[in-house]
Amino acid sequence: MANPAQAAGGRSFLQAVSTVTEAPSPLRVVQMEGLAVLKIIKHCEEFAPALVTGQLLGLDVGSVLEVTNCFPFPMREDDEEADADGANYQLEMMRCLREVNVDNNTVGWYQSCLLGSFQTVELIETFMNYQENIRRCVCIVYDPSRSNQGVLALKALKLTDSFMDLYRNNGLTGEKLREKNYHGLIFLRRYRFKVSNSALVSAFMTELEPDSPVSQNKTSSNITIATSRDNSPSSRHGFKREGKRTCQEKQLERAIARRRSIQSIFKPIPEPSRLEGYLVTNQISSYCNHINGVAGQNFNRLYLMKGLQEED
Amino acid sequence: MAAPDSSRAEGPVLLFPSSSSASARVEAVVVFNICDSYVRRPDQAERVIGTLLGSVLPDGTVHVRNTYVVPHSESADQVALDIEYHHNMYASHQKVNPKEVIVGWFSTGFGVSGGSTLIHEFYSREVQNPIHLTVDTGFTTGDASIKAYISSNLSLGDRHLAALFQEIPLDLRMLEAGKVGFDILKSTIVDKLPNDLDGMESSMEKLYTLVDEIYKYVDDVVEGRVAPDNKIGRFIGDSVASVPKFSPAAFDKLFNDKIQDNLALVYLSSITRTQISIAEKLNTAAQIL
Repeated sequence: MANPAQAAGGRSFLQAVSTVTEAPSPLRVVQMEGLAVLKIIKHCEEFAPALVTGQLLGLDVGSVLEVTNCFPFPMREDDEEADADGANYQLEMMRCLREVNVDNNTVGWYQSCLLGSFQTVELIETFMNYQENIRRCVCIVYDPSRSNQGVLALKALKLTDSFMDLYRNNGLTGEKLREKNYHGLIFLRRYRFKVSNSALVSAFMTELEPDSPVSQNKTSSNITIATSRDNSPSSRHGFKREGKRTCQEKQLERAIARRRSIQSIFKPIPEPSRLEGYLVTNQISSYCNHINGVAGQNFNRLYLMKGLQEED
Repeated sequence: MAAPDSSRAEGPVLLFPSSSSASARVEAVVVFNICDSYVRRPDQAERVIGTLLGSVLPDGTVHVRNTYVVPHSESADQVALDIEYHHNMYASHQKVNPKEVIVGWFSTGFGVSGGSTLIHEFYSREVQNPIHLTVDTGFTTGDASIKAYISSNLSLGDRHLAALFQEIPLDLRMLEAGKVGFDILKSTIVDKLPNDLDGMESSMEKLYTLVDEIYKYVDDVVEGRVAPDNKIGRFIGDSVASVPKFSPAAFDKLFNDKIQDNLALVYLSSITRTQISIAEKLNTAAQIL
């Protein structure tokens, strides 16, 4: 007496109920609407160089996370009432946006950063907070200083699962990190980015596009760049030096703590978390990568210039 | 353009208000937001209405920077706006950016309709001289038309006759949109954000096509096919002259200096990276107590 539904290949009621929810398909792409991108840019640029944050709203569909809208958070002062106010503001905004049919689903948050320095402890803590409530959340980081040089500096980030486990279990000590192979521990993963627009908006934009699209903001003309020094390397050097100093300070601290712990057998001091040092080194290595990229580009431009001059 | 209509001293005088020098500037994000809310409007609504936020510049230009939709209901002769929602949203927006104040309101659809006067009156109670923006999402004239109006009251003596909506010049600012790159904003979907190399490649291509066009134009002028335009000629001359001229020796020296600087940068960053990895190894390696 086979269940007709089963015979037909469908699932019986019991089967459906007892099935464990399948693991969600891994997130590969973050798709943003032009509106959300513009809003983020506007908010971050308005308050640069102060760092600002905001909430992302959208839909989680299969392997694509769509961000359809966003709203900014007010600047936070550090006092008690600000927290309650912040929560109220958030609820109010979500409620109002719900009334006008905007997707009411939080999918993450965005923040601006300064010269590419976004790998901070706060980032990790915020991620952990969000991860508890939302299955898949993403952090978008916008860098206004880099965008001024002509490249749209938007990144979509997520903490890797292995790092989250480590963090939750307070496993950021030297031993555990060594076990996990320190270098192999990527803690942030970048996502592929897509930008989408509704047909109406693209129709409008096509009509309204101004006439001279050439090199308006796209890294202006090679000629000017080659003759003017790029300012960012010098500021990055400053950051790197600072980073190295803090790194060394942290190492010194740790060495001292260790020596103390050897001496005081009665009160063993737990080893301080490696988290900050690790973040700083990560930050520095991303700076180095970026510098390499910029230097490579500069080479390109210089050789182009040379070619131009030789023709004359 | 004011003139008393009647030559007689007594009798009612029809006063035309003088046009002010107002003009408006609208940011790209405003257009995007309006389009998006139009797409998401409830089924029975024909159009969407909302508030414009921004600032008034000292020279009288109204700079519209942000916007939000306000739910409203409309029937043949009545328009109802959710005022409480409007105030709530305004308060929330003020918390983020206290400098953005109400400067007017928008509605989708072409032209100004009867119901608009009532809404405009409401907004004139909120702010002095609000501007009214219409965004034609229906493309009724086959063109993307975004128009801005200010209203002035036509009154006959004491009696208020009508409100005259005058169109004011509108400047659509696309500065930040330019950053995102028009290509991204124009298409319906873009697969990945262009990185530096792509950007350079595309700007090189554009430069190439432009130079080709200028070449063709100059050829045409020389051969007499196209009437010469002095302004364009001077402009071309200026652009070509703006390529800096170096003597070969000076250029070589400059070039080599820059190359050395770049190589030093790469060297420094590699050294830093090496040092970091050594430091990591040292930190996590020896735990001998």
